[in-house]
Amino acid sequence: MFTASTTTKSNQRRDQIAQRDQETVMLSRVAGSLYWMSRNLERSENIARLLDVNFQLLLDFGSVSDETLKDHWVPVLRAAGEENLFFQLYATADSRSVMEFMTFRSENPNSVISCINSARENARHVRDQISQAMWQVLNDAYLFLKDADQESIWEGDTSAFYDQIKKYSYSFQGLTESTFSRNEGYEFIQFGKFIERADKTARIVDIKYHILLPKVTDVGGALDAAQWHAVLRSVTALEAYRRYHVAEIVPWKVVEFLMFSESFPRSIRYCVEEVHELVQRISGAQPGHYLNEGQRRFGKFLQDLRFATKEEVLRQGLHQFLQHVLSELAAIADNVFDTFMYHPPIDMVAEIRLHQQERQQQQIGA
Amino acid sequence: MLLKDYETGDFFDEMFTADGNVRPHYRRVAEEFGDITREEYRNKQAAVELSFMRGGVTFTVYNDSQGTERIFPFDCVPRVIPVEEWEVLEKGLIQRITALNLFLHDIYHEQKILKDKVIPAHYVLSAKHFRREFMNFSVPKNIYAHICGTDLIRDKGGSYLVLEDNLRCPSGASYMLENRSALKRAFPDIFSAGVRPVEGYPQALLKGMQHVAPANFAGDDHPNVVLLTPGVYNSAYFEHAFLARQMGIPIVEGRDLVVRDFKVYMRTTAGLVRVDVIYRRIDDDFIDPSVFRPDSILGVPGLVNAARAGNVCLANSIGTGVADDKVMYYFVPKIIKYYLGEDPILNNVDTFLASEASDKSYILDNLAKLVVKSANEAGGYGMLMGPWAAQEEIEEFRKNIIANPRNFIAQPPISLSRHPTWCEEGFEGRHIDLRPYILYGEKITVTPGGLTRVALRKGSLVVNSSQGGGSKDTWVLHNKA
Repeated sequence: MFTASTTTKSNQRRDQIAQRDQETVMLSRVAGSLYWMSRNLERSENIARLLDVNFQLLLDFGSVSDETLKDHWVPVLRAAGEENLFFQLYATADSRSVMEFMTFRSENPNSVISCINSARENARHVRDQISQAMWQVLNDAYLFLKDADQESIWEGDTSAFYDQIKKYSYSFQGLTESTFSRNEGYEFIQFGKFIERADKTARIVDIKYHILLPKVTDVGGALDAAQWHAVLRSVTALEAYRRYHVAEIVPWKVVEFLMFSESFPRSIRYCVEEVHELVQRISGAQPGHYLNEGQRRFGKFLQDLRFATKEEVLRQGLHQFLQHVLSELAAIADNVFDTFMYHPPIDMVAEIRLHQQERQQQQIGA
Repeated sequence: MLLKDYETGDFFDEMFTADGNVRPHYRRVAEEFGDITREEYRNKQAAVELSFMRGGVTFTVYNDSQGTERIFPFDCVPRVIPVEEWEVLEKGLIQRITALNLFLHDIYHEQKILKDKVIPAHYVLSAKHFRREFMNFSVPKNIYAHICGTDLIRDKGGSYLVLEDNLRCPSGASYMLENRSALKRAFPDIFSAGVRPVEGYPQALLKGMQHVAPANFAGDDHPNVVLLTPGVYNSAYFEHAFLARQMGIPIVEGRDLVVRDFKVYMRTTAGLVRVDVIYRRIDDDFIDPSVFRPDSILGVPGLVNAARAGNVCLANSIGTGVADDKVMYYFVPKIIKYYLGEDPILNNVDTFLASEASDKSYILDNLAKLVVKSANEAGGYGMLMGPWAAQEEIEEFRKNIIANPRNFIAQPPISLSRHPTWCEEGFEGRHIDLRPYILYGEKITVTPGGLTRVALRKGSLVVNSSQGGGSKDTWVLHNKA
């Protein structure tokens, strides 16, 4: 049940919003749609890249057995969280089946097509909020996938196809920067993007944790180098990494870079910093203050991340550490969603009764 | 050369006179489309359609599980209205909406027009959209129909006639605006003809909404105006989002609003925020389940209470549908005379009421020659086109008319004017109508032009988008041709 009086929390928040920008009154539903729009588009981009890179990586292996293929693709499915669904629909995990499943199957909520459709559907709910150009990019992506001829994609230039999907996301981000006002809506868009990005980087590193060597100082073989090369490319980090570490691809340095880089915009640390900043802005909380317990906990998580070292991570276990990152991200996403984007559904029966009673009382009064 | 073999047929043609000369106000348009090649035209047409598809200028097809979105077919040849004709139309429309508004005020208050027996009282009291709940309630600034879309047609002699008034939630204004911008992109040169702009519509609409806000509105500098939509699955959702964006106001669904203490609030990220004016695109029946249909999940319980308490203004008002009941249409000339003491500037189509004994027998005897319409249907539904109908269909209507005469009117079929329209290989004449948009705010304004709808099927007189209709950009020229 809602009350007409606003809480101190929201008054505070409204004052803060008023200072920043006069125009903003944002429906919770709209905030939610902006968030999911942005998050789903970011996801489609990451999945497209992950598929493309892994497809190309296989080419380095030369001829491969079915078992190798499976070992190669199953972690990709696991990173998307859709391993079970896949094996309900397909008998074997090979390039074609995984790529079809992760690109075109609408039964798979994490396929590229599902993510693009969902991004567009959310955008449709907030057509009045986003610029025409932003909408058009999402609509183009939707029409592109709807009309895509799968056969010719497999036979033709597969990478060009995934490049196109990534380009929609890049254009959208560029247009968000250049055509979307820096208001509350912008923060929800960014929040969705960075949550998703941090999540995917963590999952992509997690795919390969099992090929990490036992000691930080050990050096692997050529195939391992190719694998880590692919990991970097999966998050478009190859060039940035090289500039930082000058050419040499050392497994632990890759992991360290993707987890802790302060400057690379897809590293976990960078994304978590952004998420934290956005949570503070969305909440209207002063630095060092938190709106609720969940947000305080996330602040603490950021501190831990800032001061963590790779040795500590190794002691704890990389997989465990990454799982911890994922659960903290999920917790803060839920927290912000519940606090700002979600209102419980209206109880129509109770509402109807209430207003009918009020009307009767008024009539008696008159 | 494509207009060379164009045939006007036995109809009033908008572009050509009966002896084949281009009417002066079409000179620039006829030059352009007379010179164009098939290929050029097709390329331009394809570019326009692509831009509509990409821009999502679409409507949702109902009863289609795929949620298919289609574009509203657009024909590039603009319909041109000479300024001297427009001035008459404008006056006639303002006269009509003024009288209808006075009528609405009257029937929800003293009901003088009924007491004076200008209109038999039972017609009003039995009207489906007459809302007793709003008796003796004064709407802000006494404006009932803030937005009105009146359908006009031209007969064989070229005279404009009113076909129907839409005073509930008339749609299509977004297509008027999108059509203009599409044509400007596709054929920029033809605008040298000097065309009056339509782009002021959203701003004028917003001003009209702000005009009717409660005096002690809750917004900071200006009233909080929102657009209430049934949601993204409504066929007109594109238009709702489009207009909200153009006006810079939030688009809300029923579930975003809640009524407390007779005040309406929207549920925002910063808690509940008061709403002053609602441009609602949900019909009366669905708008408040605590008063009207209790099964509506689109509406907002308590909205009627809040409106009655004067804490929120709904545009259009609840209960305006009584004035666009097709039986009431018959009385509009009398309504104009009664309230304004003037003769109507725009005439009605001759109309017979099935509920009047003499008219009824005429209708039943001549079903095969008449167009029969249900009193409260829209979108070209519930209609019998006698001369083109199958015998069973006629008999079906006969039964229904006898069973419920109040629900039917009949009119002689009007041979709508035609307009050169692209048809596969070249230009052919197709029937058109015109829906201008009238805004009742501080004063009454009519956006110059409106939406011209065109029946794309050969010989068809039905222009509705749901039944094979398309649309055209509609021009009113700055100067006399």
